[in-house]
Amino acid sequence: MPAELAEIVDDFNALTEAERLELLLEFSDALPELPERFADHPELLEQVVECQTPLFLTVEVEESEPRTVGLYFSAPPEAPTTRGFASVLAEGLNGRPAAEILAVPDDMPNQLGLTRAITPLRMRGMTAMLGRIKRKINEALAA
Amino acid sequence: MPVAADANEKFSAYAHPERLVSTEWLAENLGADSLVVVESDEDILLYDTGHIPGSVKVDWHTELNDEVTRDYVDGAGFAALMSAKGISRDDTVVIYGDKSNWWAAYALWVFTLFGHEDVRLLDGGRDKWIAEDRELTREKPERTAADYPVVERDDSVIRAYKDDVLAHLGNGPLIDVRSPEEYSGERTHMPAYPEEGALRGGHIPSAASVPWARAAEEDGTFKQRDALEGIYLGEAGLAPGDDVVAYCRIGERSSHTWFVLEHLLGFENVRNYDGSWTEWGNAVRVPIVKGTEPGEAPGAAKAGA
Repeated sequence: MPAELAEIVDDFNALTEAERLELLLEFSDALPELPERFADHPELLEQVVECQTPLFLTVEVEESEPRTVGLYFSAPPEAPTTRGFASVLAEGLNGRPAAEILAVPDDMPNQLGLTRAITPLRMRGMTAMLGRIKRKINEALAA
Repeated sequence: MPVAADANEKFSAYAHPERLVSTEWLAENLGADSLVVVESDEDILLYDTGHIPGSVKVDWHTELNDEVTRDYVDGAGFAALMSAKGISRDDTVVIYGDKSNWWAAYALWVFTLFGHEDVRLLDGGRDKWIAEDRELTREKPERTAADYPVVERDDSVIRAYKDDVLAHLGNGPLIDVRSPEEYSGERTHMPAYPEEGALRGGHIPSAASVPWARAAEEDGTFKQRDALEGIYLGEAGLAPGDDVVAYCRIGERSSHTWFVLEHLLGFENVRNYDGSWTEWGNAVRVPIVKGTEPGEAPGAAKAGA
C-alpha cells in the first residue's frame, strides 16, 4: 500500500470509533473540487452505481512511466460518507504510479475500522469505488 | 408535558394532525421546554455536516438496531439510548431526516414500538428546512442525561414477523412500497443501490405495488389527504378498516408508508413487516409472485409453512 494511504489507515485505527467518524467528516470536508476541465464536462466522469449516493469519478493515467495516476471525484455535500471515502482515496492515492494503486488490497476500505458504524451495504459501495478505480487504470494501461 | 400541536390547515385534514409539524412551527418552537428535535438520516455523517440547532442525532444502524441479532434494541437498550440523548418519556419528540423523511419515519416507527407517546415528523424533513434557508449548525447540543424508564417493546401491534405475514395472506391487503422493478422481480435491490443479496426477485402474493415516494410531494412534504386517498384507497384498493401489512427491503421505506396509513389516513391496524424482501426473498418455501400483477394468495401457504 502506498505510504500516504497506509498512514491514513493507521490514523483511523489509532482512534475511537466516534473519532474515526469525525476524521471521516474532515476528509469529506476536504474533498478537492473538480478541476475546471471536468467540472464543465460532467460526461467525462463515470458514476459508481454501487454507491448509495451519487459518486462520479475519473482517472487520468500518464503515458510515460511510471504511469502516474490522477484521481478526480465528485459527490454532493449531502453524501458526506461517500465524500469522505473518496477523499481518503484521493489523498492516499492521487499522483501515485498505476502499479502501486493496483496493488492496494481490494478490502482496504474495511481496514479503516468503520465496519461497525457504517452499514455493510455502504461499505460495499466503498469497495466498489476502489474497484472502479482499478478497472479504469487497467483499461488505460491496456489502451 | 407535551408541546401544543401545530394548527396548520393542511394537517387538519389528516386523521392525526398532531403527528406532523411544519418547518414554520418548528422554527418558532425551537428551544421550548419538553421539545426534543431528533435527526435521523441514512448517512451517518449527514447530521454532523450541519443540523437544526439543538437537535440530536439518532442513527438507525448503530443505535436502533441490535448489533448482533437482526432486531431492534430491547427495552433497556432503548431506555439507555433515550437517557443518553436527554429524552424523557413525556417529552415531545420531533423527528426529521433526509430523503423525504424516509429514515425519520423509520425512527418514529421504532419509537412507537416502545410506546413513546408524543412523537411527530417534521413535514418535508431536512431538505425543506434547508430549501427554506433556515439555520443549520455543526454545534452539538449538550443535553443533560434524562431518566428514561425501561419499557419493553410491543411488537404485536405495528410490527409483523414473517409468520404473521404468512397468516395474513389471503386475509388482508399487503402494500409493497419498493420500486416497480423490485416488485416485478426484474431486480432485487433499489435502482442505483448495490445488489442486496436476495435470492429471489418478485413480491409477496397479492401485494399491491405503491412505491413509498408516491406519498410525498417534490419538496418532501406529504401529499394532501385527498391525493393520498386517491392512491391508497383508489388505486391500491384499500378499504377503511382494513388490516394492512406494508413491506419493502428492510422495513425503512415501508415505515414511511406505515406513517401515511396509520397517522394521515387513520387506518387502525397497520403493520410494518421489517423482515421485508431481504427475509422473504431468501426464505425457504414461501410463495412469491413474479411480474407486474399482484397474483393470488395461495391458501396452502398458511398450512405449508
